[in-house]
Amino acid sequence: MIEVDNIHKSFGENHVLKGISTIFEKGKTNLVIGQSGSGKTVFLKCLLGLFEPDEGNICYNGQIYSELSTKQKRNLRQEMGMVFQGSALFDSMTVEGNVMFPLDMFTKQSQSEKQDRVDFVLKRVNLVDAHKQFPAEISGGMQKRVAIARAIVMNPKYLFCDEPNSGLDPKTAILIDNLIHEITQEYDITTIINTHDMNSVMEIGEKIIFLKNGLKEWEGTNKEIFKTDNQAVTDFVYSSELFKKVRQMYIEERN
Amino acid sequence: MKYLEAIGKYFIMIWEVFKKPTKWRIMKTLILKEVDELVFGAMGIIIFISFFIGGVVTIQTALNLTNPLLPKSLIGFAARQSVILEFAPTFTSIIMAGKVGSYITSSIGTMRVTEQIDALEVMGINSLNYLVFPKIVAIMLYPFAVAISMFVGILGGWVAAVFGGFAPSGDFIQGLQMDFNSYHVTYALIKSVVFAFVIATVPSFHGFYMTGGALEVGKASTTSFVWTSVVIIIVNYILTQLLLG
Repeated sequence: MIEVDNIHKSFGENHVLKGISTIFEKGKTNLVIGQSGSGKTVFLKCLLGLFEPDEGNICYNGQIYSELSTKQKRNLRQEMGMVFQGSALFDSMTVEGNVMFPLDMFTKQSQSEKQDRVDFVLKRVNLVDAHKQFPAEISGGMQKRVAIARAIVMNPKYLFCDEPNSGLDPKTAILIDNLIHEITQEYDITTIINTHDMNSVMEIGEKIIFLKNGLKEWEGTNKEIFKTDNQAVTDFVYSSELFKKVRQMYIEERN
Repeated sequence: MKYLEAIGKYFIMIWEVFKKPTKWRIMKTLILKEVDELVFGAMGIIIFISFFIGGVVTIQTALNLTNPLLPKSLIGFAARQSVILEFAPTFTSIIMAGKVGSYITSSIGTMRVTEQIDALEVMGINSLNYLVFPKIVAIMLYPFAVAISMFVGILGGWVAAVFGGFAPSGDFIQGLQMDFNSYHVTYALIKSVVFAFVIATVPSFHGFYMTGGALEVGKASTTSFVWTSVVIIIVNYILTQLLLG
């Protein structure tokens, strides 16, 4: 579980996060949504420890990040997995090398143990024949799956994803969403996803927080988002004609 | 003020490079890979340029020694001094700043743009140590490349002198041995160690702290070449004053 208590973050004159508080529960897919420039990426980077908040605390299973020693922070980082928007796979390594990298860096496992673990996670993300290929040789969807495999190879307690569906076709996007959702429940981890994708919101948003201008505007579940009267949320979520019609149908059906 | 800030940031980067080292087992592999790419990969161009520079220096010296009273051995002497003191260490370093420096900036810059550096940081890895330290260690072999450049440059001079008909082989070799001061080789090798450090770190700095996209990677590579060359020229002046002055 991650508890966020009133965090603020500024860059010079630009006050990006203006006091966000929330709780991300274990075993749930938590989604952070909002328009571009609403502070989602800065928020995620604060959760990852890449940015230090100017004010407020972030608590990981009861441990306040700012109060941890350097060694404790380093250990905590090893409990985090991150799936970047562009996958961020290491170009010079094969798929297998990318997934094995955290094991090489942080464990004392034998080569065969590492290989078994890599084979297991690659199989878990449905990638069985790509071990020896380089990131440039595989599709965007496969790259995302490798990134997920790399993120979970160390059995993380926290999984962060920055727009995991960007640049993917709708079918692959749903596969990636479902994979992240399944992994979250299977390994009982706290997953936080930054997204713009409304399909993800509807499909896997067990908890959603909506950011606007650096503030938490709304929070709820994917079921509640249908009913909300919050104008900012409805304007954002139902900005497309398709979603407007879906919502209309839902309301009519309910009435 | 902007330059002062950049200089300060550069020295902080150097400090960070040596903190929180990566596992030796991993680092060893990275160093060997960098030796292959940064030193062995540059040997072809170093040998090619050194050979022709040695030849050109010899021809120009020969063409300017018009006084028949001056011995032909002076051609060998001038070629040796020029190649050992300046052409091998400094000229080769400028070439390396272009070849190796741009490679370092663009490879680290691309990693920055594609969030690979963020991925390292998220894992709790000191990305500066992981990326820059192996380059610094690998490029410490650069003095060996400079020594080869000296040899090839003088060989190029000999070929130009003998086969161009500017001086007989015996006179040229006598010139090479005339008033030889081994300290000049030491001076050149000391310079090349310092230049090697500059070639590894200045381009790394430009790549690591770049922002933007693919276009900015190209711009950063150009800027890095300019600044690496400027730093080499300034350091060359300071070292020459300190070691020979």
